[in-house]
Amino acid sequence: MTHPYLSVEQLTQRYPNGSGGEMTVFENASFGVEKGEFVVIIGHSGCGKSTIMSILAGLAESTEGVVIMDGAEVSGPSLDRGVVFQNYSLLPWLTTLKNVTFAVEARHPNWSKDQVLEHSKKHLEMVGLNGDVFNRKPSQLSGGMRQRVSIARAFAISPKLLLLDEPFGALDALTRGSIQDELLKVWAGTDQTVFMITHDIDEAILLADRILLMTNGPYARVAESVYITIPRPRNRTEIVEHPNYYAIRNHLVQFLGKRSKELAGPTGLVENRPETVHFDNTATIAKTKKSSVAV
Amino acid sequence: MTALSLNQRAALLSVILLIVGLCIWEVTIPAQQAAGELTEYERLTGGGTPKAGVPPPSKVIEKAWEQLSDPFYDAGPNDKGIGIQIGYSIYRVLSGYLLAALLAIPLGFLIGMSTIAYKALNPFIQVLRPISPLAWMPLALFIIQDSEQSAIFVIFICSIWPMLINTAFGVAGVRKDWVNVARTHELGSLRTAFIVILPAAAPTIVTGMRISIGIAWLVIVAAEMLVGGTGIGYYVWNEWNNLDLTSVIFSILMIGVVGMALDAMFGVLQRYVAYSE
Repeated sequence: MTHPYLSVEQLTQRYPNGSGGEMTVFENASFGVEKGEFVVIIGHSGCGKSTIMSILAGLAESTEGVVIMDGAEVSGPSLDRGVVFQNYSLLPWLTTLKNVTFAVEARHPNWSKDQVLEHSKKHLEMVGLNGDVFNRKPSQLSGGMRQRVSIARAFAISPKLLLLDEPFGALDALTRGSIQDELLKVWAGTDQTVFMITHDIDEAILLADRILLMTNGPYARVAESVYITIPRPRNRTEIVEHPNYYAIRNHLVQFLGKRSKELAGPTGLVENRPETVHFDNTATIAKTKKSSVAV
Repeated sequence: MTALSLNQRAALLSVILLIVGLCIWEVTIPAQQAAGELTEYERLTGGGTPKAGVPPPSKVIEKAWEQLSDPFYDAGPNDKGIGIQIGYSIYRVLSGYLLAALLAIPLGFLIGMSTIAYKALNPFIQVLRPISPLAWMPLALFIIQDSEQSAIFVIFICSIWPMLINTAFGVAGVRKDWVNVARTHELGSLRTAFIVILPAAAPTIVTGMRISIGIAWLVIVAAEMLVGGTGIGYYVWNEWNNLDLTSVIFSILMIGVVGMALDAMFGVLQRYVAYSE
């Protein structure tokens, strides 16, 4: 059996519950992410999405289980795994440009100053920032611009895996929309593997190749892996016309509204792999073809 | 009347308060009788000897003009210009202060980064911190055997605590997310310290430095009164022994002005390291 590019194996996280016992956040969660794939994970608060993200980033350690990326076990943070947090990814005492250059310098210690500068500016321009913004401090930027800078920095160091922890959670709907477009545009030109947390179903459908659905905690697990069978390039006004769109969307809403609760609780299995869900209504719009294959 | 800005109005009010204050001071000092108006008897019984009255502001201004027009004259051990005296004090304050900063800031970094260092050193800090810096003076004089260096030591010991505690506090309080930014970018510990921790903690550290320089300037006056020889503290005490209250008041004002200038320097530094989230 060949391993996927990123392989999460039997990941378990337990915390002491304060009264001598243990609280299991998630148990034996296993899933894979292929190279170049854009995977979004959705689940209710408390299911441990952010913990999984921290473990992937190397900022936290799991109680049990391993994460293998590109053939090596993940331990500790690394430039191979870039992270964009919801807030505070930027250092407020550095200008926009310096917030990117310090990262590029860390990634490419042998580069000349000019090379670093050119590379950083190129990535800032890719997310629609230019000239006068470069010398401003993060506090002088809008929330949307700050997240653009964070995204530019993440792409500038081209990590093997890019982790986005609800990057647009603090933004208003309109700004969020335009940055999602920006992110899609930047990502489309690379083979960047992305793993992202969100609470927003529409955002997930627009961006993802595949959505991982988590059951509620405690004893949460990744229960389903839903392929977004809508061709790229996508844009938010056209995808809603696609015959698969509402099938996928309804499935997600159903899952989060009802099934995430029904499926909750320990399974007792040594490995909880998600069930693959694949919608294809393009042939016959009237009939929903739903195939369930375990991978 | 043209509208004045808030600052202009405040400045105008300050000037008015100053003038009114000086006038009240001037008129409430009873005019000392000139010796010529005294009777023979009064002169014989010492009535002409001025009771050491508080001098009026006009005399103080006159004295200030005289002193400031030639601040660096040196006419022997007991007669030096105000500039020389202040220079000695500033030299002592800065020497003790810089030594304290060299110790307190790295040590504060260590305490802020490491819980065990914090717990181990905290009892010592808590005991040593409330000790009046002048209480160290006899011990310092005995061990160092040099009054000049003892004064510097006293400044050193009183400057240490605010810098140490603020540095530790600032470093310990650096937002975890920023440390994580450093970790995910694989910055080594030295680069993390200079790119992330130091700038993040700088406003708190500089606040500590500002408090320290203020305390050092308060303490130097008292320390120089004890060790004598030179310095603004010695100057105040010397003029008191000379019963020259005009000079005493003048030097009190100079202490205030220099203290303000030292504080303002750190105010500039504070604005420079400030950042908003």
